Amino acid sequence: MFDSITLYHLELYWWFIVSLLGGLFVFMSFIQGGQTLLYTLGKTEDERDLIINSLGRKWELSFTTLVMFGGAIFAAFPLFYSVSFGGAYFVWMAILFCFIIQAVSYEYRKKPNNFFGHRFYETLLFINGSLGIFLIGVALATLYTGGNFMVNEMNLSHWTKSSYGLEALLSPFNLAFGVMLLALSRILGVLYFYNNLDEEHIELRILQTLKNNSLIFLALFLWVVGMMLFQEGYNYDEMTKVVNVESMKILHNFLAYPILMLTLLMGVSMLLYGLYRALNQKQKDAIWYVGIGTILAITTLLFVLGVNHTAFYPSLADLQSSLTIENSSGSYYTLSVMSVVSLLVPVVFGYIFMVWRSMDKTKMSIDEVKSDPHHY
Amino acid sequence: MMEHSELLIDWSRAQFALTALYHWLFVPLTLGLTFIVAIMETIYVKTGDEWWKKTTKFWMGLLAINFAIGLATGIIMEFEFGTNWSNYSWIVGDIFGAPLAIEGLMAFFMESTFFAVMFFGWNKVSKKMHLTSTWLVAIGSNLSALWILVANGWMQHPVGMHFNPDTARNEMEDFWAVFFNPNAVSKFLHTVSSGYVLASLFVIGVSAWYLLKKREVLFAKRSIIVASSFGLLTSLFLLTSGDESAFNVAQQQPMKLAAMEGLYKGEERAGIIVIGLLDNTKVLGDEKAPFHFKVEIPNALSFLGYHSLSAFVPGIHDLVYGNEKHEIMSVAQKMEKGKLAVEALSDYKKYKKENNSQKAKEALVIFEQNQAYMGYGYLQKPEDAVPNVALTFYSFHTMVGLGTWFLVLFIMTLYFAMINEIEKKRWLLRLMLMTLPLGYVAQEAGWIVAEAGRQPWAIQDLLPVGMAASNVASTSVMITFWLFAILFTGLLIAEIKIMFTQINLGPKGGH
Repeated sequence: MFDSITLYHLELYWWFIVSLLGGLFVFMSFIQGGQTLLYTLGKTEDERDLIINSLGRKWELSFTTLVMFGGAIFAAFPLFYSVSFGGAYFVWMAILFCFIIQAVSYEYRKKPNNFFGHRFYETLLFINGSLGIFLIGVALATLYTGGNFMVNEMNLSHWTKSSYGLEALLSPFNLAFGVMLLALSRILGVLYFYNNLDEEHIELRILQTLKNNSLIFLALFLWVVGMMLFQEGYNYDEMTKVVNVESMKILHNFLAYPILMLTLLMGVSMLLYGLYRALNQKQKDAIWYVGIGTILAITTLLFVLGVNHTAFYPSLADLQSSLTIENSSGSYYTLSVMSVVSLLVPVVFGYIFMVWRSMDKTKMSIDEVKSDPHHY
Repeated sequence: MMEHSELLIDWSRAQFALTALYHWLFVPLTLGLTFIVAIMETIYVKTGDEWWKKTTKFWMGLLAINFAIGLATGIIMEFEFGTNWSNYSWIVGDIFGAPLAIEGLMAFFMESTFFAVMFFGWNKVSKKMHLTSTWLVAIGSNLSALWILVANGWMQHPVGMHFNPDTARNEMEDFWAVFFNPNAVSKFLHTVSSGYVLASLFVIGVSAWYLLKKREVLFAKRSIIVASSFGLLTSLFLLTSGDESAFNVAQQQPMKLAAMEGLYKGEERAGIIVIGLLDNTKVLGDEKAPFHFKVEIPNALSFLGYHSLSAFVPGIHDLVYGNEKHEIMSVAQKMEKGKLAVEALSDYKKYKKENNSQKAKEALVIFEQNQAYMGYGYLQKPEDAVPNVALTFYSFHTMVGLGTWFLVLFIMTLYFAMINEIEKKRWLLRLMLMTLPLGYVAQEAGWIVAEAGRQPWAIQDLLPVGMAASNVASTSVMITFWLFAILFTGLLIAEIKIMFTQINLGPKGGH
């Protein structure tokens, strides 16, 4: 079936799919970002209902992408799944708690006799949007900074710190990455509302919020990417598979693969152009520029970790335990089967696009929410 | 290899059991109710009768309340394989991860994307597009169950793979063998049909409450006809698929079958216990009778398990201590071979590292000769191979007894609804209402049989739970266990209160 394709090709392909899912998830996190702006943009109960209902028609997108991200890692890179989830236990558990509370909060918030009251569910949505995204940012940042794990000769692993992943919060790079992702999700959330809502009072608050979050994001993005490019990275020898530290490893990867530098620059340019379009030209389609720019930039920043013999999950406890796409992947057969299944991805994109278009033909207003007996 | 403390394993199992049992409170209703609302909406689209649209929307509203908490409790299940069973994730992830990933791509996206159209698209898309979306939600939910049960079926009966000593894990070699695993097929059919039965019980239970209150009479009667017909058909199918499941268990998990029937000493022409009280002082190996009393159907277990009235059904004693006459190897012998395999694998890795290819080859030969029993090499004593007999026995008999009662109930409700007498039969209405919680009991009991009944195995005969767990501190798991318990209980209370309030408001008031 895949006779001319080597295992390494399949590993690269699947690292790309995982990276793409990461990029798509960050784009879809406009839902989480939007949730954190409920009280910033919505000053009356009607406005807040409008915001929740606008997000409520899309909330499953980021949730489903996260589940897919987990499934793809499990199937394609089971050792990474095993090491990271089983080791950085508290970080992943905290992320999961943040996502468990999302679906019910939409559905139960305005239902009569909902036991906790609507403020409680709004608080849960805020936690999901803020802490959830921040922690995912921290978890992703550990791909650059490493984790405290050891893998034995049977490929079974254990974590060497009793804080089980929470120690990642002590790294300034990890923290900055988390806050950067949070600011980006809020930018995307604001732009989604700008595009989706028909309510002038909210619109007036949108541009100021966008400006504030753009400044935070851009400052952190510059610092994080600068650190990524110039800090030490982890290289492994093609023949012996021995891992060693290499200065400016990520920069070297970009230089070795100029196409990745190009996609990163394209992504960043589109993102900046989208912000300019919204802030200076008041164009409501800016979400698409920033969104596609986000997907390109994040996908590239993740994919670059898997190329050029890089350890994508370095071990701080034992360098030779570091994970690479070669030592952590599924078998040739499983990756081949999964590659055939991945041909369904365009079909999935197709129907999501079709549903989004048919549901968003007109902009949402307070009147529309009030007239829908099914509203959240 | 890494083995873990009893405490860690107990907490890891407790957390998985807790989250799975909570999750399963909501999934079966979604599996069935999505089809029931799809049938109702089809009637609306075919007839153009607005009354059916209103009815569809009411049940859809209740479905949404249930669907949300089902999603909430579901996300943790996928990730727990990594967080709490990380050794498992590596040792079998090459096979087990694939169906989970396919479920996400093929089913979960479909289910959740069209969910938005189903709930918010009434005035945004055409009638046909809306109906298609409702059916796609039903199909997506059930496809989702299919892939999860393919994964679970593989844990009960691992097929289509080989052990790779170089990577120290099992690797898939035949995807179709995994997909068409007889255990997975029967498990899927049995599980989804049980969901349809539960949803039917839900609809007739709620409708009975309206009739007892003399409210929404036409709505309730029509709903009962749809749900009873659906429930009767699916109950009959449930019975057939249950028979197939039991046959598979007999072939693939004889210890589970013995525990399900409390059968300590194997018998030819073995009977099925209809009702029985186990003697809890009974210890494996003693001569005490396992039951204080029992009512039995002779020969039925032999027939169910082996399709022969005179077949020998091995008991727990035979399976643990062996039975020469019936060529059953003892667990002690299997443990001995398993330990040889574990040691040989370790030697193989060591010699490979030392570049001693001759020694590595010799170790590999020993490993391959004993590999089939490797899982037994991690057991401490032969009796560890026995699951909790009382829990398995009572759960199984609760499930079967209730399943039989549901079939009788559907026959009665359909009959009296068809002759338009149902609202006069208040005793039956009360029974319909009281049966609803029993539907949930039967669901949970079924999963207890499936999961507790195959202990100590995470993967049948291949990987015991003691080897499968993550190497984290037991206190960490204890903390998350209680956090889950508090969170899920709080959400469950909210769900029940909201559901009751919506039912009380009724089709006119709620939506």
